[in-house]
Amino acid sequence: MTHTTSHGSTDLQLPRSVRVELTVNGQPKQLELDPRVSLLDALREHLHLTGTKKGCDHGQCGACTVLVGGKRLNSCLSLAVMHDGDEVTTIESLGTPDDLHPMQAAFVECDGFQCGYCTPGQIMSALGTLDELERGIPSHVTADLNTVEYSDDEVRERMSGNICRCAAYPNIVRAVRSVHEGGQE
Amino acid sequence: MKAFEYVRAEDAAQAPGLLAEGGKYLAGGTNLLDLMKLQIEAPAQLVDLNRSGLAEITETEEGGLKIGALVRNTDLAAHPRVRQEYAVLSRAILAGASGQIRNRATTGGNLLQRTRCPYFYDTNLPCNKREPGTGCGALAGFSRPLAVIGTSEHCIANYPGDMAVALRVLDATIQTLKADGSRREIPIGDFHRLPGDTPHIDTVLESGELITSVTLPPPLGGQHIYLKARDRQSYAFALVSVAAVVTDSGARVAFGGVAPKPWRVESAEARWNEGAQAVTDAAFKDARPTAQNAFKLDLAQRLVQAVMNETQSAGTPEGGAA
Repeated sequence: MTHTTSHGSTDLQLPRSVRVELTVNGQPKQLELDPRVSLLDALREHLHLTGTKKGCDHGQCGACTVLVGGKRLNSCLSLAVMHDGDEVTTIESLGTPDDLHPMQAAFVECDGFQCGYCTPGQIMSALGTLDELERGIPSHVTADLNTVEYSDDEVRERMSGNICRCAAYPNIVRAVRSVHEGGQE
Repeated sequence: MKAFEYVRAEDAAQAPGLLAEGGKYLAGGTNLLDLMKLQIEAPAQLVDLNRSGLAEITETEEGGLKIGALVRNTDLAAHPRVRQEYAVLSRAILAGASGQIRNRATTGGNLLQRTRCPYFYDTNLPCNKREPGTGCGALAGFSRPLAVIGTSEHCIANYPGDMAVALRVLDATIQTLKADGSRREIPIGDFHRLPGDTPHIDTVLESGELITSVTLPPPLGGQHIYLKARDRQSYAFALVSVAAVVTDSGARVAFGGVAPKPWRVESAEARWNEGAQAVTDAAFKDARPTAQNAFKLDLAQRLVQAVMNETQSAGTPEGGAA
């Protein structure tokens, strides 16, 4: 990207690349990255893991949700260099077409998507949501901050950072509930 | 995004020494990186604090809590003592952003998040906060979400956050480390600036000054309430929010979404027993709303009334006596 500044000079001082070690889906990865590279772009463009999607690239849509250290975040709002030494889990690690992860199977079973673009982010966010409920993390709709229990309202509130333009929301809530109930048995 | 030099701070104490001219500290990055993508912020250097410690919540000798600047929003809201004794803070944090963002956003960074004024965000439009001297597009433009009090002829942007509004009613103190190695304590009420004729300066922090922690005084007891009115039910900034702590000895109340800083007027709190209108008349005595955002004054009064209803219906002697 070249850019002519008001001084007439060309602003093309590429920053020194930075060495980053990530563990992605259990595998150690070493990268030399321009520090501007987001975690999302590192996954997609450098590691060719294109399951994680770029929607808005501003943290508003949730399509880029992955787990880092087991916790969900927007990979577009993190620089890859901030995650040196971290463990990253993406949709690619969950299951295969022949052997789906329970959350993937539930999204298929419950018709939790139409176009599918937001789905990897929805699924990673759903896993983060169930884990946060399990760990007793309260939310805006938790009536008693000290008593955290599963409910559809909790899922709706906790997944408000994941937009589905096809509006599959009711079926996404059903899919998450079915995994929660499956895990209870 | 403009190129920058990237440096990791291994220890918070060394961070101010690493910061170069034109550099910025990087914590959660959820606001700063967004602004850098839009080139609203273009730091020459980032000093990454994520491996520098400052992620602990500890008890103070006085019986309060000391919150490290790098404590994530999720962890602060879920901390057992915060839930039980500073519930207004848990409630405020949980009313903001999304689960993904709260997992990254930090205590120090949240205090420094910048306005969501649409003129600040659109680099094609004039904005004195983003580019001093270009004028305020919002004054005669789309002002519905913006501030009604504490503004100036140069800027009507509002402070967007929720956490700081709760910290304001709790009388939190911000601890900092300056570039020369000295430390200071800043009461939350003095931390954010009103725009005056320098709206590009949001806070009293000096160049290179690092937030290291935020301290809460001993718990106040009473009922803790945070109400937030917004255009969507979740994941939206406040039109108006109210943080309240109501105890035997009186009420504390601060407002979000209405001013360039969390808005608390102690003389208005003294009128709590006279009803919601008395409180908001006093708190917003010098308001200068636009035609588009004057509704926020009515909304603030109704939220205070809702707090009063909630404290009274809770059936505690304290609430009933109020």
